[in-house]
Amino acid sequence: MGDAGQSHSALDTFPKLLIDNARRIVDRPAIREKDYGIWQAWTWSEMRSEIAAMAAGLHAFGFKRGDSLAIVGDNRPQLYWAMTAAQALGGIPVPMYQDAVAEEMQYVIEHAEASFAIVENQEQTDKMLEIMDRCPAMKEIVFKDPRGMRHYNQSHVRSLEGLMEAGQKFLSENPGWFEAEATKGSGSDTAIMLYTSGTTGRPKGVVLSFDNLVITARNGVEWDHLKETDEMLAYLPMAWVGDNIFSYSQSYVAGFCVSCPESSETVMHDLKEIGPTYFFAPPSIFEGILTQVAIRMEDASWINRKLYAYFMDVANRIGPAILDGESVSFMDRVKYALGNVLIYGPLKNELGFSRFRVAYTAGEAIGPDIFDFYRSLGINVKQLYGSTEASVFICMQRDGDVKPDTVGPPATDVELKIADSGEVLFKSPGVFQSYFKNDEATRETKTDDGWVKTGDAGYFDGDGHLKIIDRAKDVGKLNSGTMFAPKYIENKLKFFPYITEAVLFGNEKDYAAAFINIDLEAVGNWAEKQGLAYSGYTDLAMRDEVYDLVIECVNKVNVDLSEDDALSGSQIKRFLVLHKLLDADDGELTRTRKVRRSTVSERYGELIDALYSDVQSCLVEAQVTFEDGRTGTIKADVKIREATMIPVAQREAAE
Amino acid sequence: MAYERNIGETILSVDQISLSFGGVKALSNISFEVKEHEVFAIIGPNGAGKSSMLNCINGFYHPQEGTVTFKGQKRRRVRPSEAARSGIARTFQNIALFKGMSTLDNIMTGRNTKMTTNIFWQALHFGPAMREEAEHRTQVEKVIDFLEIEAIRKTPVGKLPYGLQKRVELGRALAAEPDLLLLDEPMAGMNLEEKEDMCRYILDVNDEFGTTVVLIEHDMGVVMDISDRVVVLDYGKKLADGTPDEVRSNQAVIDAYLGVSHDDE
Repeated sequence: MGDAGQSHSALDTFPKLLIDNARRIVDRPAIREKDYGIWQAWTWSEMRSEIAAMAAGLHAFGFKRGDSLAIVGDNRPQLYWAMTAAQALGGIPVPMYQDAVAEEMQYVIEHAEASFAIVENQEQTDKMLEIMDRCPAMKEIVFKDPRGMRHYNQSHVRSLEGLMEAGQKFLSENPGWFEAEATKGSGSDTAIMLYTSGTTGRPKGVVLSFDNLVITARNGVEWDHLKETDEMLAYLPMAWVGDNIFSYSQSYVAGFCVSCPESSETVMHDLKEIGPTYFFAPPSIFEGILTQVAIRMEDASWINRKLYAYFMDVANRIGPAILDGESVSFMDRVKYALGNVLIYGPLKNELGFSRFRVAYTAGEAIGPDIFDFYRSLGINVKQLYGSTEASVFICMQRDGDVKPDTVGPPATDVELKIADSGEVLFKSPGVFQSYFKNDEATRETKTDDGWVKTGDAGYFDGDGHLKIIDRAKDVGKLNSGTMFAPKYIENKLKFFPYITEAVLFGNEKDYAAAFINIDLEAVGNWAEKQGLAYSGYTDLAMRDEVYDLVIECVNKVNVDLSEDDALSGSQIKRFLVLHKLLDADDGELTRTRKVRRSTVSERYGELIDALYSDVQSCLVEAQVTFEDGRTGTIKADVKIREATMIPVAQREAAE
Repeated sequence: MAYERNIGETILSVDQISLSFGGVKALSNISFEVKEHEVFAIIGPNGAGKSSMLNCINGFYHPQEGTVTFKGQKRRRVRPSEAARSGIARTFQNIALFKGMSTLDNIMTGRNTKMTTNIFWQALHFGPAMREEAEHRTQVEKVIDFLEIEAIRKTPVGKLPYGLQKRVELGRALAAEPDLLLLDEPMAGMNLEEKEDMCRYILDVNDEFGTTVVLIEHDMGVVMDISDRVVVLDYGKKLADGTPDEVRSNQAVIDAYLGVSHDDE
């Protein structure tokens, strides 16, 4: 592992790790990008030169120790370099979500007091220029891609190329300057500030030190035996702590190569070409891929469908056992090997999953069917539980000890306890320093004796694995006194391919009721097969046939719930299919696609009232924001249906 | 964006062109000039002779009278292949791509006029032919990057939606690195978003590469927004030419487009 050169304590910042890697694994690729159709790679020593030039360039244009550097764009090598360059200068990189609108960015830039911004292209430059006069600290905007930029002649807008040329010049006059600057930092310094997307209120700037990130990353590297020969695809937003750990911190610590996709639309292609060995994806992506596979198999020829069905059945039965190293009969092994040649191998290759050694999923609960699908193919998908405040890792599953409904035992050096309220608390080397300029919030989250509140409710199962049920504050009670865990039920609903989003209501109400968003692709495909014509999402969502489809899913969830003693009372009584998709642009979801409950209840108040009356339909109008920023309204007559509730003996006895 | 554009000398001049098919007069006595780096539009109702005009410029039709002068070279009869080699590329009203071939291969065909190795070397795919192909591929990749169609590089164009096919066709024309780009209704049949995209690409081509653009378009809004100058044809005759504003207020044009009810726009 990455400890051959110097001792860990000397390599306590990313600039130091960079210099060490450039000396130790000189010619190994550090980062790749597909440009003009060809994968271009930079070795660790080449990357070091680029970063040195960038740091010198920043210095030459007046970036000082302690300054903040805003970074906006897709995953690009130059933007990752910008983080190290700023860190080498003792500055603080602040990566931001690239699809945020200008106003959202303004808040972060103002709050972080960023003085420089390095952005990807014209689109992001325009956003910066729009908010610049409201952000007094902002001095310089540096753009990476010169396309369309030739008529921008503002004195404070410059190209990254120009900045790096200036840096080269400075370096040739001051040899050794970069090393000297890079070694000034130490582990306790602030490494980065990450703004959480915030399901409630304004985003908070989480301050993480080098120690937080480097030690946490190193623990993760050791946990999964990551080496410099591993490969990672960097495709998730740079503003997200996960990307920072997986594609940046762990790459520096283990020395593995990170590949940046050509564009956000080509990720699946690029995944296939790179064939990463280490991978992270939120459950939604694993779900999306499975839906794609299912849809394509439905269109396959009869013989292919039969083969697929047979061998997937074999895989479901014995695949997970093989992966967990349990004993399997000889005949089964032969069948699995045959399946591997005919189905699993080609399928994994098609998806770009052939070389996966370790793949993680986190953020939301993953459907057991989806999880088992991948594991049965021999793909080592595991779950972890983490947060920005912990520099990601809190719990993670060990190879060979994987379950679909838990997030695993505590990670290395992490202490966990469950508060009386059911809330999960932790202590770890990754515990954040503070929320930037927000002591009140820091005190609320970090107790005096060092425990950090996660805000999640959970419990340990018999094997010491943590099981998360819901956000602690969202767990409520029905009027009957039964526990009501909305997220838990929503997830159960979302595990059906036809349902993409669900919002549950029930706290302090008589019964549980639900809003449902159908999955346009899956239901659309189904509708096509039924010969059902529709003009768009709204039209499709209003169909009785679709309601029939959804009610089956809801009924199955009710059956599931009825088997759980604690939650059987919270079966869904009434539901409706929303006339529009909940959307981040309308503020109904966060940028990481979590439901903003308060916004939804505010906006659809009349629908909620309708769920708790006995009307059969409700006329509504909703405002939608189109991609170009214009707004319009959708009018619809939303139908409400009753689901079948399974009577529970216990409850009846109690009443 | 308001900035000074670098309009140069006349690159194309059309002088007294007349074209007829048997008894039908498609064009009569048309003259206009296009300057370097300009976006120039030819507009007019159906059957006005717009496509015929483009076909005369790239040598597909040979006018009975008049001359076309391109880059100082006056010519009467020129074959389309010679026109292409002299730096004219075009797209077609009805997409003319190879449906079964990938986006990449289709755009590669646009490099045809630039290929120097003979078919023998190309068939062997060895030595100079291989080097040459790599160079052409680089150029094609620049076009793909420029038009942001990386995700469909390997997709057969027959599978693509209409708007994207149009973009691929533009890509093939761009691959020839033309001095003059002829676009025959580049936005026909597109939705609003696709039209906006296409406008942006046309303006970007004009801006980044300095390519002169002559386009035919039905959508008046689009034409008036992106063109430097406009010529209006009707029944094979020139009604007017000038800047969009001049043309918009020309009574003959208003009549031709809106009938004779003299409404203002």
